[in-house]
Amino acid sequence: MQAVAARAIDLHKRYGAGDSEVRALDGVSLDIAAREFTAIMGPSGSGKSTLMHCLAALDTPTSGDVQIGDVTLSGLRDKALTTLRREQIGFVFQAFNLVPTLTARENILLPLYLAGRRGSFGGADREWFDTVVDTVGLRDRLTHRPSQMSGGQQQRVACARALVSKPSIVFADEPTGNLDSTSGAEVLGFLRRSVDEFDQTIVMVTHDPVAASYCDRVVFLADGRIVDEIRTPDREQILEHMTALQAAAVRGQA
Amino acid sequence: MLRLTLRTLLARKVRLLMSGLAIVLGVAFLAGVLVFSNALSATFDGIINGSTPDGVVRAQDTDEFSGGVGGQSAQAMTPEVVASLAALPEVARADGDVAGAGLNLLASDGTLVGGTGAPTLSFNYHDGPNMRGEQALLLQKGRWPTADGEVVLDQRAAESGGYDIGDEVKLLAPFGELSRTARLVGIAEFNGGGTAGATLLILSTHEAQEIFYQGRDVFNRISLTAADGVTQKELAAAADRVLPPGFEAVTGTKVAKDSQDAVGGFLDVITIFLTVFAIIAVLVGGFIIVNTFSILVAQRTRELALLRALGSSRSQVTRSVLVEAFVLSLVSSTLAIGLGLLLARGLAAMFRSFGLDIAGRALDLTGDTVLTSYAVGIVVTMVAAYLPARRAGRVPPVAAMRADTTPERSSLRRRVIVGSAVLAIGAGFAAYGVRDSDALWIGVGAVLWILTVAALSPVIGKPVLAACRTLFAALFGAAGRLAGENALRDPRRTGATASALMIGLALVSTIGVLAASLNASVDDVVDDQFTADLLVQSPTFLPFSTEIGDRIATIDGVGVMTRQQFTSARYDDGSVFVAGVDDRFADVFDLDAVHGADRVSEDGAVVTTDFAAEHDMAVGDAVDLSFPGAQRLRAEIVGVVEQSEVTSEITVPLDDLAAAGVLRQDTSIGILLAPGADPRTVHDRVDEAATPAPIVGVYDKTEFADEIRGQVNQLLYIIYGLLALAIVIAVIGIVNTLGLSVIERTREIGLLRAVGMSRAKVRRMVTLESVTIAVLGAVLGMALGLLVGTLLQRALAEDLTSLGLPIAQLVAFLVVAIVVGVLAAVIPAIRAARLDVLDAIANE
Ligand SMILES: Nc1ncnc2c1ncn2[C@@H]1O[C@H](COP(=O)(O)OP(=O)(O)O)[C@@H](O)[C@H]1O
Ligand SMILES: [Mg+2]
Repeated sequence: MQAVAARAIDLHKRYGAGDSEVRALDGVSLDIAAREFTAIMGPSGSGKSTLMHCLAALDTPTSGDVQIGDVTLSGLRDKALTTLRREQIGFVFQAFNLVPTLTARENILLPLYLAGRRGSFGGADREWFDTVVDTVGLRDRLTHRPSQMSGGQQQRVACARALVSKPSIVFADEPTGNLDSTSGAEVLGFLRRSVDEFDQTIVMVTHDPVAASYCDRVVFLADGRIVDEIRTPDREQILEHMTALQAAAVRGQA
Repeated sequence: MLRLTLRTLLARKVRLLMSGLAIVLGVAFLAGVLVFSNALSATFDGIINGSTPDGVVRAQDTDEFSGGVGGQSAQAMTPEVVASLAALPEVARADGDVAGAGLNLLASDGTLVGGTGAPTLSFNYHDGPNMRGEQALLLQKGRWPTADGEVVLDQRAAESGGYDIGDEVKLLAPFGELSRTARLVGIAEFNGGGTAGATLLILSTHEAQEIFYQGRDVFNRISLTAADGVTQKELAAAADRVLPPGFEAVTGTKVAKDSQDAVGGFLDVITIFLTVFAIIAVLVGGFIIVNTFSILVAQRTRELALLRALGSSRSQVTRSVLVEAFVLSLVSSTLAIGLGLLLARGLAAMFRSFGLDIAGRALDLTGDTVLTSYAVGIVVTMVAAYLPARRAGRVPPVAAMRADTTPERSSLRRRVIVGSAVLAIGAGFAAYGVRDSDALWIGVGAVLWILTVAALSPVIGKPVLAACRTLFAALFGAAGRLAGENALRDPRRTGATASALMIGLALVSTIGVLAASLNASVDDVVDDQFTADLLVQSPTFLPFSTEIGDRIATIDGVGVMTRQQFTSARYDDGSVFVAGVDDRFADVFDLDAVHGADRVSEDGAVVTTDFAAEHDMAVGDAVDLSFPGAQRLRAEIVGVVEQSEVTSEITVPLDDLAAAGVLRQDTSIGILLAPGADPRTVHDRVDEAATPAPIVGVYDKTEFADEIRGQVNQLLYIIYGLLALAIVIAVIGIVNTLGLSVIERTREIGLLRAVGMSRAKVRRMVTLESVTIAVLGAVLGMALGLLVGTLLQRALAEDLTSLGLPIAQLVAFLVVAIVVGVLAAVIPAIRAARLDVLDAIANE
């Protein structure tokens, strides 16, 4: 049995009430295995982002529970959640990942700096920082500000930032959504390597089958429920499953 | 389009309210000042009109409202004159007045009541009517004085003296024996409302004659009431025919107008003084409007671009912003006028504590006040919003498609070039002002500098901002560093916000330097010019009975004593200050003779260089002075001396003043100790001699310097208080900018929270940014203030002999600025910390 990095237990998330009630999550239970690259896929509005936000301690479910490592999130106060996010979790968002006033280097080191490790805009674990920076290939961009970098470079900085504090799990919400295919491939390749070489755990939300094919495991969501799952998929397999799900959805509506 | 504009307005109520507040406060202050100054003149008009009769007989060359400093003329009219006037067919009645200054009221504990603020007016009671045929005085309680030893006071005087009807009231007499008492028999006020702060002492005619004319049965004024159908002019003309020489009959209307003119000058000073601060407040508010609208327009770039893409014209977009400004100014001005009424009450309370009492019901809005307030509020807001509005019109339609919403900014190059040129022009004015000792030009230069520094603050301020960033990063880690970066992110915004505070602090520090210099110079002046060991005088130069001098003269240890009496006289159709001095004056005080003698001699006057130059006179020429009641004094100029603190324009022998009909009193007594006398012991004895007369103080050099310093500092604190409003408005500016910036950076703050920034750190980050802005404003303002203050001191070096730098105060200002920064950030910081992480990072 593999170690579990994060666990969702019967998660429900409802927005609104009465007629306008939306069940964004409708009973999701999921184990995220450590040192695995997991993709969450599903049609738009199926609850992918909501699930990720709940798992990543950014949002609280209406009912159900989330565990990160052996910490149960329900009942934690904002302060504890903040510390947890800072120390255990890394993030890569679809857009707006970087603080515009800071250089690439400072953005990468931001979580350490926020943790109050003084002078760590320089110090930190020097070796690890160098490894991460070299892996994302940003050595010569470190002094640039976000406005001086391309979208792909910005996302790689975001990835480096997510890894530098050695979090137990990294969440990425459509990290390649705004990128062209070459830049996207670079970012995905890097995420893959950090799982293989650094034993990182990554959960990625995507609707791109190509992106999902970099993963060890793909979980399919529809209408707030887990409907399917495949392991070590390739692009064709993923497309097949997606088509099947769509057909089922159309049948369901009819 | 109009509907859209109004919608946008309503959608951002809170934000607009904040920028509106800047205008509200400025305009409210202005409205308050207008209401207050209207009430001020209404109060005096009411009293003057309510207490002036149809006609008045008075000594020629009488100064109305001299405030008692001018002393008392011996010229008076007998009861026969009153009778002959009453007998005229044009005259319905004639009532003799005995009105004098110098009689003072003491509280039951022996301290002075009133006295140093508004004057104490003493006069006899009679029931002659005013111009409108009503009673000139209104009895509120008790009865009128009918016999010797009875007095009627006004309500406030009775209260502050601690007297009730029936009590024995302590009085301080102007002539002869110092202490008197009288029984309080009634309370009265002027017809027309209150006393404007003056203390009223109403006596029986005989008692008044006793006090002011040593019991001679004479009057110094006569109130005339016209017979039916007789005009004021006919009345005065008829009266003039039977008057003794040296007296004149004037119409009540003229007396009232003279009084109003005399008071008006003084009231204008107050009004102008307050208006200056109101204008400063309004201008600072204008700055904030410019800044807020600039930010709002920048944030709405996409929305405006969409409108342009959908086909609205540039001018439509510009107009929509201007309409927004107009609605804002209308609402703000309305609120401001209401608030102004309250502020006027505050001002009235403040002036009441200085002894100027305003009739409460006079504090009301007039059409003029309402109109002026609206006009100023609307014009300032519209002018301030114009540039941002034009910028809004220039937003290109493609901006709607661009991801980044920060509009392109033109470079600061032109600003720097034009700004440097204007700075140089300002420096030219200032240099000219220093060379010609003309403070006005320095003021013009200072205004140019302040405006340019405000415009150049994005450039000039950078080093300060960078320093703050480094310091805060070292002290507060990530939050400090990010705060510094945020302040540097848009230097224009930071600079413009800081400028509002800069203006306030520039003024405050200029005043601070001047006051410190004055304080530092007082010692020089006192050492140099007040050569007496002890000085006995009233802080407001009120004359006092010669008896004090008589007592002091007998004290052991008093070596040389000299008496001085100030009065005013007419010369060449103008009013001049004349000092009478005894022949020991020159032994105590050193006058610097430029020509001729340094001391007066019999019928020989000494004048100052200024007076000699103004009237083109030299040693050997004669001066002709006229005193009330056609009394003349002719003296030959025997010396021309340097102006100093102890010189009057004209100095003559004391005996000459007495010969000109000025009743003998003293205004100042200078004392040199006898050789070997112990200063402390003599001081104590002189104190004792002066105790019965609390209007005078006994000062040695240090005490005298302290007394002057005390007066300077009091004025200083009043000015600081009035400038505080400008600083409050500047704080609103900071709150505004921060609030808008927080909204603008919602996603960034969300990101920071997501990667582990705690709420406390978010708050700290916003607070430190605010402190950075405030420190920038303070540093720029204080630097400017120091410079301008120093230049002013240079220009006024003749009076401000040494430069004083109020280091402690400047440090205090910096601390205040930091506190201001912290306070301004409270609400924006809380809002930033409350931002929901999810909202912040949600992809639209
Ligand atoms: N803040 C919210 N308020 C109301 N409904 C929401 C909110 N966030 C998400 N939803 C709804 O929840 C469902 C799931 O949304 P989301 O998790 O963002 O889907 P996905 O990321 O798979 O596109 C959608 O129907 C969406 O409309
Ligand atoms: Mg989503």
